[in-house]
Amino acid sequence: MSAQPGLIKRMLDGRRLVIGIPFVWLFLFFLLPFFIVLKISFSEAAVAIPPYTDIFTWANDQLTVVLNLGNYLFLTEDELYLYAYLGSLKIAFISTLLCLVIGYPMAYAIARSGRQAQTVLLLLIMMPTWTAILIRVYAWMGLLSSSGLINQFLMGIGVISSPLRMLNTDFAVYVGIVYSYLPFMILPLFANLVKHDNSLLEAASDLGASRFTSFWRITVPLSKNGIIAGCMLVFIPAVGEFVIPELLGGPETLMIGRVLWQEFFSNRDWPIASALAVIMLLILIVPIILFNKNQAKELEGKA
Amino acid sequence: MKRIGFAEVMLCLGLIFIYLPMVILVIYSFNASRLVTVWGGWSTHWYAGLWDNTQLMSAVFRSLTIAFYTAISSVFLGTLAAFVLTRIPRFRGRTMFGGLVTAPLVMPEVITGLSLLLLFVAMAQMIGWPAERGMTTIWIAHTSFCASYVAVVVSSRLRELDLSIEEAAMDLGARPWKVFVLITIPMIAPSLMAGAMMSFALSLDDLVLASFVSGPGSTTLPMEIFSAVRLGVKPEINAVASLILLAVSLFTFFAWFFTARAEKRRVHAMRQAMEETTGKAQAQVA
Repeated sequence: MSAQPGLIKRMLDGRRLVIGIPFVWLFLFFLLPFFIVLKISFSEAAVAIPPYTDIFTWANDQLTVVLNLGNYLFLTEDELYLYAYLGSLKIAFISTLLCLVIGYPMAYAIARSGRQAQTVLLLLIMMPTWTAILIRVYAWMGLLSSSGLINQFLMGIGVISSPLRMLNTDFAVYVGIVYSYLPFMILPLFANLVKHDNSLLEAASDLGASRFTSFWRITVPLSKNGIIAGCMLVFIPAVGEFVIPELLGGPETLMIGRVLWQEFFSNRDWPIASALAVIMLLILIVPIILFNKNQAKELEGKA
Repeated sequence: MKRIGFAEVMLCLGLIFIYLPMVILVIYSFNASRLVTVWGGWSTHWYAGLWDNTQLMSAVFRSLTIAFYTAISSVFLGTLAAFVLTRIPRFRGRTMFGGLVTAPLVMPEVITGLSLLLLFVAMAQMIGWPAERGMTTIWIAHTSFCASYVAVVVSSRLRELDLSIEEAAMDLGARPWKVFVLITIPMIAPSLMAGAMMSFALSLDDLVLASFVSGPGSTTLPMEIFSAVRLGVKPEINAVASLILLAVSLFTFFAWFFTARAEKRRVHAMRQAMEETTGKAQAQVA
């Protein structure tokens, strides 16, 4: 954006305060905690409050730092953790693709509709994101269960004779994730598609391009930033998703958010939970940076 | 050249996909039968039973209180962050600042929750605060991630604003803070409202962060629902869920209605003022 020298100069007085308040808050309550997680991932679980040993000890004027790599070694020994990471990545990846395939035409249709209809449609898409995700997942528990409406319906019309097992399977997890995250795919796609200049498409059709060709070669490449933002908004949180696999998934649905939750709440093994979080963060760091770069462009209006 | 194409069909199917489960949930909350999947006639007795459930009611009250304070604090924090991102182009640590604002949008909740809990535990060890975890720690956790949503909403509005109005006020000698309060804030008011609503809803909705940073005796509504739902579908929960759906839809609708009306009036008033000034100018020329 273009700087407004007069405006900015006069803002200098309160500038430090204006930058400082959100900066300090986010630093203290968002960034700093990650370093504490990193620290605790190198400590040992102990029967104490809090349940881990300190990695720094001060004795005889010497600071001793004991880094215990045991937690990380333990994670590589037990295949459960590897499968949980791979399972999360697979489920998040496929769900993201499904969201994109379903969400893109929806965003496209909203962007092409009239102004009045646009507001209403956007509201309809946005409203579920403000309604408890827990409740929306819960709604599917009733629908997918073996005596649920979908099975009743399928048996009623004679497609199947005995109920399908849908709840507590990976299938239910896909349904839940796509259902919950679809709006987060549609909104950035819409924000991007609505800015497109129609004259480009008209030019393409004047030059003899079919509707599909001009869509594929003009609209899709132009909406790259929207696609990246939407996919990241779905993929990154889905990798760490806990509620959906816990309520809709079966015992064989291994996802890392669920494993972390169990290590923390059931086993009370804080160091292992921390190590799991550190590795998850390492896996997600590239997509998060990609998202941040993309978002920074949007926030500053450079897109 | 309006035509119903593939995209429009997908939009309709998508909206049905989004809304049908919720509609069915609401219908079944009026089911008289205790067996949640068998229809046993209309009844409202699951709703009547809710009032007597004191544990649930105190969780509702606790969640609403936290959501209320979260909405206020995250609008404050998020607006400041949006202002910094859109109006201060250069300062040391700007890239990091941008990252800190947008990263909470996508950070998996289990990571944020775990890390905040460990922070609170470490702080309690070092400075003795927070002595016990509860509503304050939940409020801090919610504010941190809701502020990011507010920052995104408000900054997109701030970018659209015509800087010349702020400039003009400055040239006429107004102090920056006065300009911000008297000119900028009223112009971005609809987005502040949207941000506040979003934060309220996000806070009311959160299970994972609250589970990590809450202490004994500070169970929120989602935690209460989650522990009940884990064991299967229950008619009482259908009733609670329907009430939440109703409250959120009404709230969203009215907020949208009023902000849309305010926006229309503002545009109208601006157009009128423009026409008047051009009219006067033309009269002077003539």
